[in-house]
Amino acid sequence: MPVASSSVASRPIASLLVKAAPAIIAVGLMLLAWELYATYSGIKPTTLPAPSRVFEQAMLNREALVDNAIPTIRATLIGFAFSLSAAFALSMLVDFFRPLRRALFPVFIVSQTLPLVAIAPLVVLWFGFGLVPKIMLVALVTFFPMLVALVQGYEATEAEIGQMLRAMGAGRWRVFMLARLPSALPYFFAGLRISITYAVVGAIFAEYAGAAKGLGIYMLNAKNNFRPDLVLAAVGVSAALTLILFGLTVLLQRLAMPWERAAGQQPAGTGPWR
Amino acid sequence: MRRLELRHVRKAFGGLDVLADISLSVGAGEFVSILGPSGAGKSTLFQLLTGAQHGEGEMFFDGTPLDDHGRHFAFMPQRDALMPWRRILDNTTLGLEVQGIRRKAARARVAPLFAEFGLAGFERHFPAQLSGGMRQRAALLRTVVQERDMLLLDEPFGALDALTRTAMQRWLEQMWRHHRWTALLITHDVREAVFLSDRIYVLSARPACIVREIKVPLPRPRSLGRADALQTSTIEAEILDILLNPEPNPHSSKGHDHD
Repeated sequence: MPVASSSVASRPIASLLVKAAPAIIAVGLMLLAWELYATYSGIKPTTLPAPSRVFEQAMLNREALVDNAIPTIRATLIGFAFSLSAAFALSMLVDFFRPLRRALFPVFIVSQTLPLVAIAPLVVLWFGFGLVPKIMLVALVTFFPMLVALVQGYEATEAEIGQMLRAMGAGRWRVFMLARLPSALPYFFAGLRISITYAVVGAIFAEYAGAAKGLGIYMLNAKNNFRPDLVLAAVGVSAALTLILFGLTVLLQRLAMPWERAAGQQPAGTGPWR
Repeated sequence: MRRLELRHVRKAFGGLDVLADISLSVGAGEFVSILGPSGAGKSTLFQLLTGAQHGEGEMFFDGTPLDDHGRHFAFMPQRDALMPWRRILDNTTLGLEVQGIRRKAARARVAPLFAEFGLAGFERHFPAQLSGGMRQRAALLRTVVQERDMLLLDEPFGALDALTRTAMQRWLEQMWRHHRWTALLITHDVREAVFLSDRIYVLSARPACIVREIKVPLPRPRSLGRADALQTSTIEAEILDILLNPEPNPHSSKGHDHD
């Protein structure tokens, strides 16, 4: 029974649509209610624009939106790459030298309590309107969840696998590479899914505090010009961005952990030799 | 010929005696079981042998004191400890890879054994796709291909359902007759110990010492029931009597009256 789920695998788009249907219907109903309210309640479009107007304006201003989305994407990805590398290096260090964990974790926890509203303008003040403060803020909000996910993942290694490897003659490094690192993968991807959503918000916040270009500063300018429709259009773009990045992490997990999907299939073997 | 020999081995964890006084030996090609109640410290004994823990007393292999590296032993833990992310083939080569053998050579060494272990055709499967019995056979395959001097089996069938466990015991006995591994089995299953072993050491409750050494003179191949049923059940009854009606433990009065 090597391929039990071939009927589902052959129509991935259809099965995806079936899975996504409830979410699509829910969002559609919400947009419809909003549209009806904005149209028939007599509220001014400068206060609450209808979704149709937001979409129309987004189309009209699509060049400006794309132009401003690019720096945001860049800051998100570079910042996230930085925080990921740092979290990975530090998680290994903490795993190999346990006392470090007790020394460093309080510092990291404090870093998570800093209110972004207060920190963002300061970082911009210190490092200017360029890419650096954005990268730093993205890294600040994503670093800790990734570090915790990795360290927890290493800890989740089955004790018996470690004992067995040591009995085979494996040293600490081999045990880490053969057992602890792969054991951490599910935790890593759980952390990745959470962090990637923080990352976009972090980048937009940093731009909000001061930037030449970017979705954050675009939203600020639109608000100051009494254009809530354009603010919402930019919000829509950032939401789409987050969803795409989220989808990429899910895809990446599927590619990196093929055994997870195999686990869903029925165990093989029948009869007395089960 | 004696291969493994333990003399007056003791182990305490933070003032709590786990192993009080263990002396035992395992001969070449002999299948020996250590049988005792749960929590008696049976697994601790294996940790001492593989160097994961250190205790007092003397341990010899082929007459030379054991070092820390446990290079004489291939260890099979209680649960199968298969790595979910490795395919069955790559799980079985794990010990060889740790020894520094190239993956391709390791695979070539393991592949011919898949049929004998009832795993032919499942080389490319992930452990989660296999049943409990198959997983245990894969774990045993991973253990024996290391070609160490001796097998240490820590309750290898403890997690299986009763029917699968019986089937696996029959299969292991048959495999053992073929290969004549020197093996030490930890179990708390009396029938399993009697069915598989040449000799059985019965352990007391913690702090563990050996209360009886029992030879199992039953002919091989062992059968379930029929011919040797009477003799088998006599031995089983004797062991059960020792375990269920223990004599006062000479080691338990040593300053642990708070327990």
